[in-house]
Amino acid sequence: MSTNIIASTATKARPLTAAEISEIEHEMELYPDKQAVGLEALKIVQKHQGWVSDESMLAISKFLDIPVADLESVATFFNLVYRQPVGKNVILFCNSVSCWIMGCDGLRSHINDQLGVDFGDTTEDEAFTFIPVPCLGDCDRAPVMMVGDDLHRNLTEEKIDQIVADYRNKE
Amino acid sequence: MVNKPLTKNIDMSRPPLDIAAFEAADGYQSVKAIAAGLSPADVLQLVKDSGLKGRGGAGFPTGLKWSFVPQGDNAPKQKYFVVNADEMEPGTFKDRLLMEGDPHLLLEGMIVGSYTIQASVAYIFLRGEYKASENALKQAISEAYEKGYLGKNILGTGFNLDIILHTSAGRYICGEETALLNALEGKRANPRAKPPFPQVSGLWGKPTIVNNVETVCNLPGILTYGVDWYHGLTKGNDHGTKLFGISGRVKTPGCWELPLGITIREIIEEYGGGMRDGYELRAFLPGGGSTDFMLPEHLDLPFDYDEVAKVGSRLATGTMILLDDKTCPVGMIGNLMKFFAHESCGFCTPCRDGLPWVDEIFNEFESGRGTEKDLQILHEHVDYLGPGRTFCALAPGATAPLGSGLKIFAEDFERHIKEQRCPYKH
Repeated sequence: MSTNIIASTATKARPLTAAEISEIEHEMELYPDKQAVGLEALKIVQKHQGWVSDESMLAISKFLDIPVADLESVATFFNLVYRQPVGKNVILFCNSVSCWIMGCDGLRSHINDQLGVDFGDTTEDEAFTFIPVPCLGDCDRAPVMMVGDDLHRNLTEEKIDQIVADYRNKE
Repeated sequence: MVNKPLTKNIDMSRPPLDIAAFEAADGYQSVKAIAAGLSPADVLQLVKDSGLKGRGGAGFPTGLKWSFVPQGDNAPKQKYFVVNADEMEPGTFKDRLLMEGDPHLLLEGMIVGSYTIQASVAYIFLRGEYKASENALKQAISEAYEKGYLGKNILGTGFNLDIILHTSAGRYICGEETALLNALEGKRANPRAKPPFPQVSGLWGKPTIVNNVETVCNLPGILTYGVDWYHGLTKGNDHGTKLFGISGRVKTPGCWELPLGITIREIIEEYGGGMRDGYELRAFLPGGGSTDFMLPEHLDLPFDYDEVAKVGSRLATGTMILLDDKTCPVGMIGNLMKFFAHESCGFCTPCRDGLPWVDEIFNEFESGRGTEKDLQILHEHVDYLGPGRTFCALAPGATAPLGSGLKIFAEDFERHIKEQRCPYKH
């Protein structure tokens, strides 16, 4: 995966939406301090916006009164928080040991051939972002991957072609 | 007589039992037993007597862990009970089954654990990718509140408990209990120094117990059916049943609840259906990616904590990863090293810098450029990254398959060097 240095150039927060604010406020009831809500807020914003932009970071920072640096240290740590735009569907591809034994490397190459993307890349039409993920905990049905919230098991090249076609047709 | 207390309600071909069906299957009986007069000290004694050991990997006695939580008038009033549902150990897929298959059992266990240490708030720290578990737990939590098993004054006991489902955002290190607490507090998930242990100073500085999902799911049965029944479940020296799993090239990979002490051969042959045609068992990791390799000569050992420890490995999560004779052991270990290098939190130097170095060397072996010097560096790292050298158990965990693999597969490493290629690639 390529290492991208995040250069924050935003100077202005974007306004949080009413839906985002209401969900963040709900989380504030569940934790004794605002810092604990920071990661929740990042996830909420990502759910609505697809990713967490610099403008969103500033907005959360202002709303929760948490320094941007603190938020950034969390945002860049957790692999399911996206600090760069991602495609419409994120493929979380398990490349841990059981999937490796069952041949996931070949499937990675297949996706690379078919979609023109390797780990960290988004397809040109922005339909898919392809990223590796630690063991998805479904090892008896390896190889596995997630697309969005859906888990796909016992993968083969043919199955992957079908899955990709299905998501494309959904659009 | 119930002999599979963890999975008796699980049938993955249908949705999990709702609260009414769960109650009809002896569900929430342990909470009723508490309401009928069991004190926290009574429950603690039962759990100690049961001999239950933590099912997350370390195998620490659960009752003993709980007993470190300060009690009495001088103890902090706020305490927390946290379930570690951040299942991410490579090759481990047991907690998913419990949460997707029978979410109420976990909640019932959480009420028991929280009551024992007198925690009024309990968190489930669930990995973000487990969407089906999240949905099942959300539904179950709302049903449990409706029925009065959660909330204020549960079943007239005067005990209050709120359960909060926290979905995380990745990173293997969150499974380490102090890193988990930092993540729950909204911080970067670096592990904390111990002592103080979380039992004394954990979440937001308050006494906190962190238990694995499977551990917690053992609790309802111990209260409902009794300690004698629990002791009768096992075939070995450790008590209770355990979820055992197999992944790799067997005919029917899967996860099953079986008595501790069953032989490894029986699990692989009876339940896993044996190796697929054309494949032979070469070696296996007994309990996830952080355990030492075991060999076919160990197949007739009873699978429990002590017996596995005697041959230098760990039962850990009990989910075995099988290496067959057609798969490169150097490649398999290399895959694990890549995982650990990627998942190092970066806090301490040996782990942050050592694991990527090890990973790079495996890349060299993979591409046929490995040398004797490289091999020597790998051997050195087994020590440099071993127990006592690092801040937490992540890197020492990595040295388990590395150190044992270097010994067992010495010939394979040598062949990579001599032939300047991976001999398993055609």
